[in-house]
Amino acid sequence: MLLVENISKTFHPGTINEKKALQDLTLHLKSGDFVTVIGGNGAGKSTLMNSIAGVFSVDKGRIVIDGDDITKQPEHKRAKYIGRVFQDPMMGTAAGMMIEENLAIASRRGRMPTFAWSSKEEDREHFRLLLQELDLGLEDRLSDKVGLLSGGQRQALTLLMATLNQPKLLLLDEHTAALDPKTAEKVLGLTQNIIRRYHLTTLMITHNMRDALRFGNRLIMMHDGRIIIDLEGREKENLTIPDLLSMFEKASGNVLDNDRMLLG
Amino acid sequence: MFDLFLPTLSQGLLWALMALGVYLTYRVLDIADLTVEGSFPLGAAVAASLLVEGFSPLTAILTAAVAGGLAGVITGILHTKLKIPALLAGILTMIALYSVNLRVMGKANLSLLRIDTVFSFIREFGLNNAQSVFVIGLVSTFLFGALMYWFFGTEIGAAIRATGYNQQMIRAQGIDTNGTIIIGLLISNALVAVSGALIAQSNGFADVGMGTGTIVIGLASVIIGEVLFGTRSFRNCLISVVLGSIVYRFVIALVLQLGMPPNDLKLFTSVLVAFALSMPLFKKNIDGRRAVK
Repeated sequence: MLLVENISKTFHPGTINEKKALQDLTLHLKSGDFVTVIGGNGAGKSTLMNSIAGVFSVDKGRIVIDGDDITKQPEHKRAKYIGRVFQDPMMGTAAGMMIEENLAIASRRGRMPTFAWSSKEEDREHFRLLLQELDLGLEDRLSDKVGLLSGGQRQALTLLMATLNQPKLLLLDEHTAALDPKTAEKVLGLTQNIIRRYHLTTLMITHNMRDALRFGNRLIMMHDGRIIIDLEGREKENLTIPDLLSMFEKASGNVLDNDRMLLG
Repeated sequence: MFDLFLPTLSQGLLWALMALGVYLTYRVLDIADLTVEGSFPLGAAVAASLLVEGFSPLTAILTAAVAGGLAGVITGILHTKLKIPALLAGILTMIALYSVNLRVMGKANLSLLRIDTVFSFIREFGLNNAQSVFVIGLVSTFLFGALMYWFFGTEIGAAIRATGYNQQMIRAQGIDTNGTIIIGLLISNALVAVSGALIAQSNGFADVGMGTGTIVIGLASVIIGEVLFGTRSFRNCLISVVLGSIVYRFVIALVLQLGMPPNDLKLFTSVLVAFALSMPLFKKNIDGRRAVK
């Protein structure tokens, strides 16, 4: 499904700020894999995700989705395959446009826009039903501007937009990190439901170890631009946080000291 | 005073096309595009030159639109493909257009005296000069306003609007933001050039210096319109900008009547725009003080 082969990415090469963000990283995802990604600051989690999404090009290696080599494709072309939800709730939607307009744009993800009218009556009912499932009271606010919504509502809407026409790959970059715990829980629940319903192949970065263990069928931990732990199926199910910590120490030779990585 | 009413209204309508162009870059694309300072006289120069050569007013105006659109595309390429900051890209095109405009006209000023213009064409239906300007202003503003409303409601138009709000988001939805920015600048500067072409015909001349201050007049119209007439929806915004352009002309007519020397107009407009742009800050301070009390 997703094939990331020997990719490397160095930021600011040859300067004092040189940062090897990804080092010869390889990752294969099977169709329907729901992978949680953890790791400390600067481990390369977001760099990995942005490399796959095409925010920047990689220095080396190749990225293949469903048999198509997308390594050289610009970001907007990869949108055909990839749905994304960002950490910042402001990033995934156009604040000055209506909920309906945002959904209409998302419903055309990866297709060339035409001179057809953007908001169609027949879409409206479909959008309303989908919004109803979010259970956030958005179904009656189709013509409200997205800027009026709370962070949690915007994040749920972004999630809906990213999965509106099922992407081959869903990328979630700490998409609940900026939300309060209750809202985060709700958005995570929605995420789980949507991924299950459409069997979406998903990469989810989280800084919360408990979430990383609770969700998905596979867990990877990154350190220094490499994957140091990769557990699947039963192995992952039986995993506990202390296990994970000791595995990290063994694999990286470091003690995990990271304020942002939540243990509980 | 009353005999100034219709001409002032008409001027407001002719300039409204320019204001719509500025609205498109400044608000929709979120770019302060200085190309307009060059594309406005470009429209005037192209139209005047063609009219002098005996071409029809319609040909002259349409060619002006194409020329203005091209100027916008150049700024767009400088900004998106060559990564030059938008403000600087606009300045570069604006400066370049000064030379282009001189070349188009062959001299600094081209008179349209005794040349058939779009207004003399309308006068043949028995209208006087002021009425003909009003009719053309009304028709062109309505026509281009409706076209804009339609276009920005289409899938492409929605993508351009979303680009202005959030480039990251619209790229994640598969839209090439370089393309949408270039199209936006094209349409904006085409509108500005049409406005220049109409103003030149209404004034009876095209002048290489007539673009100075275009951006500020455009901004003044946009801001006045938004404050007085609202920003609820895209259609509301378009109407607000047109009305803002008209109100701006009345303000200018008023201060001139009150005895302000015409040479001070640009200073006045700049102060007006600076004041309007800083309004949110003042408002916040005042609200903040109220809240403390």
